[in-house]
Amino acid sequence: MEVREETSHVAQPTAGETWELRLYVAGQTAKSVAALANLRRYCEQHVPGRYQLEVIDLLQHPQLAEGDQILAIPTVVRKVPEPIRKVIGDLSNEERVLVGLDLRPQLR
Amino acid sequence: MQEDIPFQLASLPRLPKAPTGIDGLDEITEGGLPLGRPTLVCGSAGCGKTLMAIEFLVRGVQEFDEPGVLMTFEETAEELAANVASLGFDLPQLQAAKKLRLDHVHLDRSEIEEAGEYDLDGLFIRLGYAIDSIGAKRVVLDTIEALFSGFPNEAVLRSEIRRLFRWLKDKGVTTVITAERGEGTLTRQGLEEYVSDCVILLDNRVIDQITTRRLRIVKYRGSTHGTNEYPYLISEDGLSVLPVTSLKLAHQVSDEILSSGVPGLDEMFQRRGWYRGSSVLLTGTAGTAKTTLAAFFAAEACRRGERCLYFAFEESPAQLLRNMRSVGLDLQPFIEQDLLRIEAARPTLNGLERHLVTLHKLIGDYQPAAVVIDPISNLISVGSLSEVRSMLTRMIDFLKVSNITALFTALVSGRHGQLEMTEEGVSSLVDTWISVRDLEGVGERNRGLSILKARGMAHSNQVREFLVTGQGIQLLDVVIGPEGIITGAGRLSQRIHEEAQRVVHQHEADRRERELERKRRMLEATIANLRTEFETVEEELRRTSHEEHLREAAQRDGRAARATGAAPDYLPPVPNA
Repeated sequence: MEVREETSHVAQPTAGETWELRLYVAGQTAKSVAALANLRRYCEQHVPGRYQLEVIDLLQHPQLAEGDQILAIPTVVRKVPEPIRKVIGDLSNEERVLVGLDLRPQLR
Repeated sequence: MQEDIPFQLASLPRLPKAPTGIDGLDEITEGGLPLGRPTLVCGSAGCGKTLMAIEFLVRGVQEFDEPGVLMTFEETAEELAANVASLGFDLPQLQAAKKLRLDHVHLDRSEIEEAGEYDLDGLFIRLGYAIDSIGAKRVVLDTIEALFSGFPNEAVLRSEIRRLFRWLKDKGVTTVITAERGEGTLTRQGLEEYVSDCVILLDNRVIDQITTRRLRIVKYRGSTHGTNEYPYLISEDGLSVLPVTSLKLAHQVSDEILSSGVPGLDEMFQRRGWYRGSSVLLTGTAGTAKTTLAAFFAAEACRRGERCLYFAFEESPAQLLRNMRSVGLDLQPFIEQDLLRIEAARPTLNGLERHLVTLHKLIGDYQPAAVVIDPISNLISVGSLSEVRSMLTRMIDFLKVSNITALFTALVSGRHGQLEMTEEGVSSLVDTWISVRDLEGVGERNRGLSILKARGMAHSNQVREFLVTGQGIQLLDVVIGPEGIITGAGRLSQRIHEEAQRVVHQHEADRRERELERKRRMLEATIANLRTEFETVEEELRRTSHEEHLREAAQRDGRAARATGAAPDYLPPVPNA
């Protein structure tokens, strides 16, 4: 809601799934900045054009923390595809992020 | 926040406290939990940690107008609301009134992947938002240990929890944190390390199949507090911690005298009864009419127009009524006038504490002037000796403070050894102690009553025999025989013996009477004889005298005639004149 980054490289997403990701941060902390940068990089690398990334700053919207059961900051929530997955931390461990969010396009 | 802190100008500032509103807890903590600081409530499963925490919040809203936040890590808001609805806590309504905010934190390890450094700012933000949105003064975290199962990095978690408590203190909210009890430690995750202000330990133990819950304040920094283990209960009205009364011997006393309901018994006391507000113990072996005496006392209170509460631990109300009717005591009208209430329950139905709380509650509701507990000795079946004793101490104190006259009956076992000592050891607590006992003689058993003590009053030292008759209880006069006081058949035989002696004496007296009469009659007869004899003699004498007289007169006449014939102026000398 705060920052809505639509995929810009490809107008029409290729067939298959899209990823809806939400990153919860609390202000511009080092961990938050790193998490956003890392997440954006992984998405571009693995699912370019097939993701939506939403960054929510809880300092400005504290009421949103309850909805996604956010405790740790930063947290990225994969809303789509189901089931909901969460990855916490600054996302510096790429392997874990990819596994956690399942960011690998399935080949059809 | 600051202006809420009570400040005593005369003395040093005391630690400000937030009253919990929980029955009894504020007395033990001397005012409540430390204001604006976290308190840890720990205990094993099922001992009411969550309930205590929720009651703290609800009472805070209802009684002190302090809104609260409940952050729950285990149960959902709906589950909690349903769980505490039975205690009369309407959480949804409080939420709607913006006095309470529930936030359920859902943690699922399988959903969470850890990838790099993180902190728990999200939790802080949520909690901060919840506190600020309703202006909360009280916060409950139930059970924060659940975080340990949700986050793998314990080092981060511990530092974050430490930061959380610091942050809550800075926010100035009074916080209750619940935690599961661990093996050998107060909490499983060692949370007591972080919460250093106040730690309350709840304990749930089963002894002889009876569960008692106990509360202890392990630590309370900056304040004195009760240090004992206090029993507590979860009742329909929430948690209540005992003692409800403070154990200080400072109650007012009355100088008014109340009748025992048995006239003969009253007479054994110098002031014809016992003091209002005193406690009376009635001990006796089985079948010595303890209940009957107690019922007469209850009826007497009702006759004065006072309310009496009768706890029957052995008989149902109907049975008690029937049995008392057999001794000429009809309690039914008193019940109809709402002067008498009989509460019957088996002692084993509840633990001791629940009995005590029931008593407190009923006395609070009914406001009696007299209370009968029949018998207290049955309570021993639900607790150990020391527990029963401490419960009774509390009960007696409570009754005295309320100026309620109390009568307890107690069954003493054994005909010889333990007669002078009740098993509960309450005899030192009561003011008046009456003992009823079997006086077993040759082939029979009689009831004897004596007063062992009566504080503040002289009393009879006699053992009085009494009878339970169709017209009530009768104390018989003391009969002293050749070998002391005589009862029962001995009394009867003594009476027959006396009667026989009386008859013998009567006969003797009659006989003497008759003898006297006889003597009198004999004497009278003798007197009559003598008198007859005397009359005879008298008559003889009179007759002789008369004849003499006649002869003399005749001689005089003869001489006169002779003188007239010879010389009238010459009188010859009269021979034999």
